[in-house]
Amino acid sequence: MTLLDLSIAEMARGLRAREFSSLELVDAAYREIERFDGELGAFLRTTKDQARATALQCDSELAGSAEDPGDLFGIPVAYKDVLCTKGVETTAASRILTGFVPPYDATVVARLGRRGAIGLGKLNCDEFAMGSSNENSAFQETRNPWARDRVPGGSSGGSAVAVAARMAAATLGSDTGGSIRLPASFCGVVGVKPSYGRVSRYGLIAFASSLDQVGPLAKTVDDAALVLEAIAGNDPHDATSSAATTGGYRAACLRGVSGLKVGIPKEYLAMGVEPGVRAVFDRAVAWLEGAGARVVEVSLPSTEYALAAYYVIAPAEVSSNLARMDGVRFGPGFGDAANLGEAYEHARHQGFGPEVRRRIALGTYVLSSGYYDAYYLRAQKVRTLVAQDFERVFGEVDCLISPTAPTAAFRIGERVADPLAMYATDLLTLPANLAGISGISVPAGYSDSLPVGLQVLGPYLGEETCFQVAATVEAAADIWRDRPGAVAAARELR
Amino acid sequence: MVADENAPELKASVFEPAQVAHLSRLARLGLTESELRELGGQLADIVNAVGRLAQAPTDQVDPTAQVGGLYNVMREDVVVDGLSQEEALVNAPSHEAGLIRVPAIQ
Repeated sequence: MTLLDLSIAEMARGLRAREFSSLELVDAAYREIERFDGELGAFLRTTKDQARATALQCDSELAGSAEDPGDLFGIPVAYKDVLCTKGVETTAASRILTGFVPPYDATVVARLGRRGAIGLGKLNCDEFAMGSSNENSAFQETRNPWARDRVPGGSSGGSAVAVAARMAAATLGSDTGGSIRLPASFCGVVGVKPSYGRVSRYGLIAFASSLDQVGPLAKTVDDAALVLEAIAGNDPHDATSSAATTGGYRAACLRGVSGLKVGIPKEYLAMGVEPGVRAVFDRAVAWLEGAGARVVEVSLPSTEYALAAYYVIAPAEVSSNLARMDGVRFGPGFGDAANLGEAYEHARHQGFGPEVRRRIALGTYVLSSGYYDAYYLRAQKVRTLVAQDFERVFGEVDCLISPTAPTAAFRIGERVADPLAMYATDLLTLPANLAGISGISVPAGYSDSLPVGLQVLGPYLGEETCFQVAATVEAAADIWRDRPGAVAAARELR
Repeated sequence: MVADENAPELKASVFEPAQVAHLSRLARLGLTESELRELGGQLADIVNAVGRLAQAPTDQVDPTAQVGGLYNVMREDVVVDGLSQEEALVNAPSHEAGLIRVPAIQ
């Protein structure tokens, strides 16, 4: 038992009742990190002294004020290493950013900081968030706490592991094609991909700018709603951030699903969904029906083209975005390059891993003169078709449900040698990014003792519906307090 | 890469070493011979897989660059604080007299 077993709402109550202090919460988190992260590899670096100092300050503010500071005050959190943290090295798990110390905070980091959340450190991920297993990190392997020979999912693998293994109360990740929802599903935690523009991308190291979105990972749906309420909303630093009203996510968690119409996209269930995953999904459908939702089958016919469109659009944006990684303003230096061209090549060859090179090359190819219309333009048209599919079904139903991924966590090394097999991991998550709609993965059960997530997709800026459905599934599944077996076993060994 | 304008669309692709080398040069990837060979095979696989885009019914469909419907978001043209020169240089591998230093172009 650790204090980090509590939900954030419970931690906040305990802090107010003086049952424990923020410093005790922070120390409890570091205790788990020090015990287990050597093997799990979720953190790339920690900021213990800074976190403890902030916790002490929170404790004295709590003692000295009668004002309610909000539920995030004094709560230990951690950030995926694609989010800039002022004064704390930020690498996107890439060698090319080794030593990069941002002179500013990402908006989401600043917003959580203003609410009193305490950053514990930076979390491992696939290099520049490109991957589905966390195996593309340039620095270290991250293991699934439920089965240490398996991947945590990616690209926000460290963010999911830190929550699952009680090393942080909540974390932030980023989702470009499923990078929050997939690791959330594989690690048995809640992960939210907000609608495009719902959350500021300022200070998020760009992967594919028209698809990227920052979101929370947490143990409970209510915790995730709490964090989303803190980070959502327009930001003058991100011109693509939406000016729409935000909030009401925690209230939505209490609303239930009575009267909601929920669609199951038939194409999603035809995507090689494993029997164990299917069984968990079918049970969740029954729960929702039992709670008063009407569940119907719907069709998203353009789904079969979504993966292809994604693997044109995302690499195209990568080739453009990562042009800035030239070693000039940050990076490891130029070696003994004789001229500027060689200097760029030196920095980029030393700095980028195989997947990043692959996507840059692919993006460069599909944007080339003569190929642009055949690939990029056509992919952007398919993107319209995918978005129109969603728009049409959201005229018929309030939200959609599916498994988050066709399988539970796969073994480390299993898909590394086959990029296409790895890319297919995101089949059920990436259409939401193409269309910019909202989504959540919520733990719904187990297949062979591995966590399985249910994905809820809501309309553009329709996060509330996702929270209603996810909270209902969470309550019926009643598994959020389960601790990863591997962590529990390791604890018994001591 | 300049391709023939009349090249048939999305046919099965083979990436010749020279073609991959050209991509590597364009993107300043500095790949070695063996890296070029490996990447060529992988690119061919991926490009052939995304070739199914050709079957999508995209006639009469407008492209979507970004969802959300925002267009030309502007702000007032006023001076705001940015990074100081010192802050902007702090991560540069090499700088001198307040300027970033790089090797000569040629």
